Amino acid sequence: MRTTGTILAGLVVAMALLSLAWTPYDPTALDPAHTLLRPSGAHPLGTDDYGRDILSMILAGARTTLYAGVVAVVVAALAGVPLGVAAGMWRGWPSDVLMRGSDLLLAFPAVLLAILLAAAFGASTATAMTAVGIATVPLFARVARAATLQVMTREYILAARAAGRRAPGVAARHVLPNIASPLLIQASAAFAIAILAEASLSYLGLGAQPPTPSWGRMLHDAQPHLFTAPRLAVWPGLAIAVAVLGFNLLGDGVRDARDLT
Amino acid sequence: MIAVHGVTREYRRVTALKDVSLDVRPGERLGIVGESGSGKSTLARIMAGLDRPTAGTVTFDGRPLPEVDRRTLRSSVQFVFQDPLSSLDPRMRVADIVAEPLAALRLPGDRAARVAELLDAVGLPPDAAGRRPHQFSGGQRQRIAVARALAPRPRVLVADEPTSALDVSVRVKILDLLLDLAGRMELTLVLVSHDLAAVRYVSERVAVMRAGEIVEEGPDALTDPGHPYTRELLDAVPRLRR
Repeated sequence: MRTTGTILAGLVVAMALLSLAWTPYDPTALDPAHTLLRPSGAHPLGTDDYGRDILSMILAGARTTLYAGVVAVVVAALAGVPLGVAAGMWRGWPSDVLMRGSDLLLAFPAVLLAILLAAAFGASTATAMTAVGIATVPLFARVARAATLQVMTREYILAARAAGRRAPGVAARHVLPNIASPLLIQASAAFAIAILAEASLSYLGLGAQPPTPSWGRMLHDAQPHLFTAPRLAVWPGLAIAVAVLGFNLLGDGVRDARDLT
Repeated sequence: MIAVHGVTREYRRVTALKDVSLDVRPGERLGIVGESGSGKSTLARIMAGLDRPTAGTVTFDGRPLPEVDRRTLRSSVQFVFQDPLSSLDPRMRVADIVAEPLAALRLPGDRAARVAELLDAVGLPPDAAGRRPHQFSGGQRQRIAVARALAPRPRVLVADEPTSALDVSVRVKILDLLLDLAGRMELTLVLVSHDLAAVRYVSERVAVMRAGEIVEEGPDALTDPGHPYTRELLDAVPRLRR
């Protein structure tokens, strides 16, 4: 399972890297003379209703997908991990308030937040993924807090204090390295969720704006032709499935790889 | 050197220490014995400034602990914990573990050289520096913990049950190491243990604890017990040879 995850996630990364250097056609170039072509030697996956090359769009769409995942995970981790670690290290009412606040945020749907932010700052991948990131903060805070509580019971924390470390030093040198495994697993899962969210939001028109190539956007554009040219929906759908599955499985691999003893 | 005066420590419902007073004199080897739950570990932590009393005072060189600055206190009073598997961070290399007090207290000097010197002093091979705790046996791990405690050249070493997580065969070796180091480095040693033999082996003076109080204290507490509880404790030790 671990290698499957690495291969699938690696495939998405490879596609994104390849698209930086080369795509068969410009993924944004319209060609009114060659719309809705069936797969052929010139266009291995065919063209869409604007005459854009689908293979080129899938390759370039991988970039948007990875960018979306990175933005969401970075936003969520940068806010969630320090909050969770702090709540785990200093118990008492501020910690409780923090966690109840995070529960409240958890109850707030990510899509609603994305609509709000899109209305306020304009729809874009960055706006949509910041919204998804904010909505994911509680998940990181929760995992970080639970893992920190467990680490705090270990004597090496007290030993670090005996060695003269102050709280920030203990957090950076002893807590973070020892809670990294569950956080990486969470990050990988959050990455997969973000990919799905990006696709959904772009499908709704709240994420990537044309002409940015995006798998979710492609699904949206494929809808009118679902019965006449289902391949338009199949390729981006397959790409999304591969990416989501890949990053989910990658998380399990991280756990195995970091297990000491 | 360290003076504990009228110290009480209460946790939510339990009183771990009740009005305890005890002096640690410079250069002595003090033993604290008692069964589990007698408050001896709490006392050890409070003496080392790792826990605060709910009432009473602890002074170091005549100054109350909260007033002693962190660098002075942490470089003067060091601690060895019971279970080295738990007290050594599994993700750190031995060199970083041993050098941690030097780094945390920003002590000057060549850290790598100091680590090599300390590893040698506790009887570990020089190549131990690059390895991680799980690659060592229990006794070796406790040697790593002792090396870390000695890194900032402390004057007092408090060891809380340093041998009880170890195999019987290596217990005496760790005790010998502590005795040897205390002699060579002019350390004041406080040994906390439920193991009467260990305490008798190491200490010049013994305090006997029960239920958060010191019931007896003196150089002959374990050889000529004055308190009935100490006698009870001594009689409870199983004798294998008759």
